[in-house]
Amino acid sequence: MILACIIGILMGGGLLALLLGQWNKNLSRWIALCTLLTGFIALVAFWIDQHHADNIHPSTTWMIDYRHDWIPSFGISFHLAIDGLSLLMLVLTFFLGILAVLCSWNDVKERVGFYYFNLLWILAGISGVFMAMDLFLFYFFWEVMLIPMYFLIGIWGSENRVYAAYKFFIFTQASGLLMLLAIIGLYFIHGNNTGIYTFNYFELLGTAISPPIAFWLMMGFMIAFVVKLPIVPFHTWLPDAHSEAPTAGSLILAGLLLKTGAYGILRFVLPLFPEAARELATWAMLFGVIGIIYGAILAYSQTDLKRLVAYTSVSHMGFVILGIFAFNELALQGVVMQLVTHAISTGALFILAGMLKERLHTRDINHMGGLWTQMPQMGAIGMLFAMASLGLPGLGNFIAEFLILLGAFKANIWLTVIATVGLIFSAIYSLRIVQKVFLGPSERPDQVRDFSFREIVVMAALTLSIIWLGLYPQPVINTVKPMINKLEHVFLTGNKSVQKGNHQATPSNAHKYIVKK
Amino acid sequence: MSGNDFFALTPLLLLAGSSVLIMLLIAIKLSHRVIQLGSLLLFTVAFSSLFYIQKLLPYHIDPLLVIDGFSVFIMGLIIFSGLVVNILSYIYFEEKEESPKEYYVLLFLCTLGACVLAVSKHFISLFLGLEILTVGLYALIAYLRVRHHNIEAGIKYLVLAAFSSAFLLFGMALIYLQTGSMEFSIIARSLTSLQSLPPLFLTGLGMMLVGVGFKLAVVPFHMWTADVYQGAPAPVTAFIATASKGGVFAVLFRFFIMIDGFRFKVVMLILICIAVASMIIGNLLAVQQKNVKRILAYSSIAHLGYLLVAFIPGSMMSIKAVSFYLMAYFITTLTAFGIVTVLSNKETDAEDIESYKALFWQHPVLACIFSSALLSLAGIPLTVGFVGKFYILAAGLQAGFWVIALILVISSVIGLYYYLRIITTMFAGQKSILSEGKKANPIFYMVSIIALSALSLLIIWFGVYPSGAMDFMGYFKLK
Repeated sequence: MILACIIGILMGGGLLALLLGQWNKNLSRWIALCTLLTGFIALVAFWIDQHHADNIHPSTTWMIDYRHDWIPSFGISFHLAIDGLSLLMLVLTFFLGILAVLCSWNDVKERVGFYYFNLLWILAGISGVFMAMDLFLFYFFWEVMLIPMYFLIGIWGSENRVYAAYKFFIFTQASGLLMLLAIIGLYFIHGNNTGIYTFNYFELLGTAISPPIAFWLMMGFMIAFVVKLPIVPFHTWLPDAHSEAPTAGSLILAGLLLKTGAYGILRFVLPLFPEAARELATWAMLFGVIGIIYGAILAYSQTDLKRLVAYTSVSHMGFVILGIFAFNELALQGVVMQLVTHAISTGALFILAGMLKERLHTRDINHMGGLWTQMPQMGAIGMLFAMASLGLPGLGNFIAEFLILLGAFKANIWLTVIATVGLIFSAIYSLRIVQKVFLGPSERPDQVRDFSFREIVVMAALTLSIIWLGLYPQPVINTVKPMINKLEHVFLTGNKSVQKGNHQATPSNAHKYIVKK
Repeated sequence: MSGNDFFALTPLLLLAGSSVLIMLLIAIKLSHRVIQLGSLLLFTVAFSSLFYIQKLLPYHIDPLLVIDGFSVFIMGLIIFSGLVVNILSYIYFEEKEESPKEYYVLLFLCTLGACVLAVSKHFISLFLGLEILTVGLYALIAYLRVRHHNIEAGIKYLVLAAFSSAFLLFGMALIYLQTGSMEFSIIARSLTSLQSLPPLFLTGLGMMLVGVGFKLAVVPFHMWTADVYQGAPAPVTAFIATASKGGVFAVLFRFFIMIDGFRFKVVMLILICIAVASMIIGNLLAVQQKNVKRILAYSSIAHLGYLLVAFIPGSMMSIKAVSFYLMAYFITTLTAFGIVTVLSNKETDAEDIESYKALFWQHPVLACIFSSALLSLAGIPLTVGFVGKFYILAAGLQAGFWVIALILVISSVIGLYYYLRIITTMFAGQKSILSEGKKANPIFYMVSIIALSALSLLIIWFGVYPSGAMDFMGYFKLK
């Protein structure tokens, strides 16, 4: 029930912000903030609770399972469940949601109610994606987050916003529809095999599909996820959307929307189609490596700060795909770490870019320079996150990328070697950010103000978390460990019988440990 | 005819009687408001009579008519759209130069014609219904007779509809020649033993498809659509797009299910070609348009193509998918044209896409209603259009039509582009060029907006919670 409440509270808060925003702009800001804070505190409390419980039953995969019939004639249910991965992503969603509200506090002056409505509904869609265990419901949430994001970019974005909003929407919608086809295909194949027509994830897990069909169905899912992630040939929507979106929009795009793609691969593609995924592995890793190098080179050649950061996302997401298709625990743990740390470090860089834009009215890094002397606080924070982005030990990204490379090395040595080169590129572009923006001769004689109190709060939260993840990542690793272990198990023992056993075990597992909340 | 027959025909009799009553009312009191309210009441009565006859179903009035769950459902949709068009017509025609009283008589006749189509199981009743509908529409389309576009649209529709009726008649005659009957079930019986269609029958069926294709405006018989949609008064356009197409589609569907036309390869191939062409060409042509009525016209071509995708498998799922999608399409299209109607002013309809600029900030309620309709047409979740599209895809994929489903997906992505363009226009800019609401009739303006809000709530309600409607449609049987 708590899971449905999470979505309900976001949607309700959004509506409230929209309605009350007519009378008082500040009210809708506070409503949005309170909604997110409530959710965040509830989730963190649950996480800590669960952490203690984990020591008692270490084998629990599914923490909460909530199910309610929705469209019974199609076997569609409103089925939400979370395991460690989902919980982690939910916490991240609310954390970044709070920051998104805070960093658009003074940015957005017009149509405030509608703005926070969209923001909260995007977060509701994303939370739904991280919790849905019914494929129809998953697709439903997958699409629900698009419309408000479209409005967010299209209404509050910068000059070229309409084009960017179109591109974002059409890319994701087209790929999503292909996923819908694959979902319906899977539904009928499972129904014809067993006579039970259902969209339930746990039931569909053990579906026996002939290899060529499995490959095409998997591609239907993959296309939706790699467009969101994005992987190189499908990445062109990303720089436009990121650079035109308002700061909070970029933060959510980079921090959360991209993660839904990786989450989808981990949750759906690998468990549903293990054989087909193994066949695709080499190619996927290759595209991952191409993404790492290509993204980094393009990032280096950008002059627009937001576009630069956007391309670094392409590069970092290459690591994610590389790690996922290495199929071993080390790499998968690294992937999860990368999802969290990238959300924080790139989110921070986008917020910084937004703050610079607000102060200097430009995103062109050629018009910046020497800002450290005027804004020492921002300079220091910018330096820190640039270092995080290049993978400096002691900060979260280092752990993530190190684990991924370690795991991928076992799977494919040469591709990993090339991917490692990407780290050098990332050092180059990260240092270029610092050099061009904060160091060098000052371009502007006029005074630029440093952080305000609100901005200090935002940045402090991000800084603390990235350092925490760099020094003590164990809570994150422990939380997702059961889920990762099970996933690895599917791939270690490749034969069908184990998969069947796994399929048998999963739903019973889920129901045995239902936590009534 | 027995008493029960009359009882089963109550909705049709009520509609026919209403047109006479309204005519009498015109003779007594020549007030637009009274006539409008009167016809609103009569529409409501006709609509509620559908619930009343539920317990009789299914009821056959041999040889012409059959009243079963499906036909009552389609009649419900048609009368409902007549009702909505009736509500919207007041503020539209009140400020126009033409006296709008006879308009309501014609509206009843057209609704009657469409309903007859929905219940017919015989070529005679089919043709009768079609002609009642079409003749009424000629007048309705050209109702504002001093305007060039209206006259042009009326003449165009007249010529093409007469032409297509001729095709239809000739096709019927050929089928009659082959099978010796005009009743669907007897035609079906004479086909049961055949493996492939005899050439004469095939020719007849082909000619009928031409005739019906014109009415449904599927490619390649779609040329008239955009002009007629643009020229006709906005409420009439809403009626053409919904009731007229729905009735014709229902009878076509019943005919194909009854003769089991889906087992003949040639027929299937023709239908597949029509469906694919309608989806692709309809959506592609809409991309270029700058006129909202024309955009909706082309999008309706594409939507008929989508409907054919559910139609082609001819399975049990098809019936449900077609019923659900028709409902979705009716509600959504009525909402969209309703907004066009409400925003139209004395001189012109609100058809130029530029006139929707900044609607979000000027009339947030109207803009939200319109957005929900457009998103539903585009098939985005939370709206009924999405569930409908899902249903269609499921019906197609269940029968293994992967390629058509893929084409549907691709063409609906093209469709997304122009729906989004209208939405983008609505929140672009700061100042609306539309006039500030209808000051002349504030009450009816409010009533129209309330009706449209109710429709958009229906769009969202069935988008979130479709299982009630789905269960209801589970009982439809056509054979």
